[in-house]
Amino acid sequence: MAQLSYREAVARGIAQEMDRDERVVLVGEDVAGAGGVFKTTAGLLDRFGPRRVVDTPISEQAILGAAMGAAMTGLRPVAEIMFSDFFAVCWDIVVNQIAKTRYMTNGQVSLPLVIKSGNGGSLRFGAQHSQSVENWAMAVPGLKVVSPSTPTDVVGLMAAAVRSDDPVLFFEHKGLYSGRAEVPDGEIVDTLGTAKIRRPGRDATVVALGLMVPRALRAADELAGRGIDVEVIDVRSLVPLDVTTILDSVHRTGRLFTVEENPRLLGWGAEIASIAVDEAFWDLDGPVQRITTPHIPLPSADSLEDLVIPSVESIGQTIEKALQS
Amino acid sequence: MTLPLQHHPYGEHDAVLPPGDVTRHDSAPIDLDTRLHLYRRQQEMRQFEKRAYDLFMQQLVKGTSHLSLGMEAIAAGFGVAMRADDYSFATYRGHAHTLARGVGMTPVLAELLGRANGLLGGKGGSMHLTSVEHGMLGSYAIIGAHLTIANGAAWSAQYRGSGQVAVCFFGDGTTNIGAFHEALNYAAVYRLPVVFVCENNLYMEYTVTSDITAVRRPAADRAAAYGMTPIEIDGNDADEVYQTAVAALARARSGAGPSLVEAVTYRHGGHSRADPGKYRPAAEVAAWQAYDPVAIYRGRLRRLGVDPAQLDRIDKEVADAVDEATEQASAGELPPPGSAMTELWADGGSSWRN
Repeated sequence: MAQLSYREAVARGIAQEMDRDERVVLVGEDVAGAGGVFKTTAGLLDRFGPRRVVDTPISEQAILGAAMGAAMTGLRPVAEIMFSDFFAVCWDIVVNQIAKTRYMTNGQVSLPLVIKSGNGGSLRFGAQHSQSVENWAMAVPGLKVVSPSTPTDVVGLMAAAVRSDDPVLFFEHKGLYSGRAEVPDGEIVDTLGTAKIRRPGRDATVVALGLMVPRALRAADELAGRGIDVEVIDVRSLVPLDVTTILDSVHRTGRLFTVEENPRLLGWGAEIASIAVDEAFWDLDGPVQRITTPHIPLPSADSLEDLVIPSVESIGQTIEKALQS
Repeated sequence: MTLPLQHHPYGEHDAVLPPGDVTRHDSAPIDLDTRLHLYRRQQEMRQFEKRAYDLFMQQLVKGTSHLSLGMEAIAAGFGVAMRADDYSFATYRGHAHTLARGVGMTPVLAELLGRANGLLGGKGGSMHLTSVEHGMLGSYAIIGAHLTIANGAAWSAQYRGSGQVAVCFFGDGTTNIGAFHEALNYAAVYRLPVVFVCENNLYMEYTVTSDITAVRRPAADRAAAYGMTPIEIDGNDADEVYQTAVAALARARSGAGPSLVEAVTYRHGGHSRADPGKYRPAAEVAAWQAYDPVAIYRGRLRRLGVDPAQLDRIDKEVADAVDEATEQASAGELPPPGSAMTELWADGGSSWRN
């Protein structure tokens, strides 16, 4: 057991897979010599050499196209898109090419690749370097989408993503990079499509993702002091989605809240709310409530950013008010 | 600066005429078997595309189609020069490039007809023809994207030390999109074994390319920006294409890096099936119809002493193959309804939840 930061866990997960499989290569802007702008790939160049850890020009389409072509022909690339906002400049490669090619070729082409990307706000980077775009990816048939919230999950889900024969978008939360936690020694391999109950509770189910998981957990601790016992589920994987874990919880608690960093419209929580209403309506004792960032770009000033992204306080207050009404 | 379009009304630009001499490559050092192969391939593409056009006009093929009529020499020249395990990347105008790798006419035509015996089971269609077992790694319908993907296949070949080369075909219109420039720089930086082939048919869809491009030669004049040698060839002469392909493939295989080839050609028809191509000067269309790659090649073989009966026999064999493919494709079952829900994921299914 070692204390590992979230950013170190990213490198450990990639290294674990590169050690195991010569076909795994890493490509992206500043990922090699600089070890990544967020230092999530530090040490990998020294360990695996420039043939397998490749610095690229600022050419997001070229990076993802290269990953796709390599995945079609026997490699298992991990490509980095530095900030997830930059998906907008290479979304064609992701959506029209990577996501559709297996289906369009009737299964002739497999694309075992991972696109890792720094996602989300809380670092005061402003509207073009802070978005939560995991719901863009979730809306595209053919992409698997994960977003871990703990260092251990980072290692295990990275391993699962690399070993998947399908393309996986791996959203690292920038606001979690510096967080540290105990990570077990030895190989860690997790399973895509599985949610985790982080805190059991009786009164309500709170479903969260990424940075919203620790905030929901702190809110839950505070609510516990006021006699409210909520269960917190870390979704971890949007596609595939572990509906069973969520609805089983709703069956026990009777209430459902989602905590989403994405702007309001068509956030991932809307899909979960829809599923709950379709399939667990009679388990619900009250309305499903979504706690989200308002439908705005993120402001840069710390006071404003803190105001709009769901906080421990706003999560707790919303849940408490809803349960008391 | 004046905008190019201000110089002339739409459709009244200067005609670009083909080169005049069809005998230039008569004495090229290409053996007769290879030349007969080149001829047969061009005939296959020509007759297949004519049949595809007929089936479209009969409304048996739905959607759209982008034919290579008039552009066969490029697909044939490269297809014959490529190693069996090399990779092809084509655009939505990809029927000829698919046939060039030896993919059967029946599965291609059945795919156009939306049948279960289609190359992609009816799930891809005309614009996405792919046959991995033939090295045909796909037809891509978003301009520019597949240049970057071809780089990836070339990177993989380089990494594995396989000696394979990726050949990527695209049109003149592609040279003005960002992905083209990203891909060329990327290929040059890593000296990837990739050959980029611009099929310059002078028109990007419905607009003459010279009106909306800053340089005269849309691909060749960009080569220097990426440290590559400008290569402009006659794309209607299969021998010129073949020799260019042999050299570029050898260069890529030797580790010397990518090439960018601009092959000047002309499409006999419009951009796609709905387009009669009326924006082209009549004299230009007539001149290029006369400078036809299949006719040029047949003439050369005749001058080299090939018995016309032998060429007629090839034509007839190809015609019979097209008829047979039409029959087999038309007789194909419709895709089973359940197939719409398969092969999204590697497990064969399309489930997104438990």
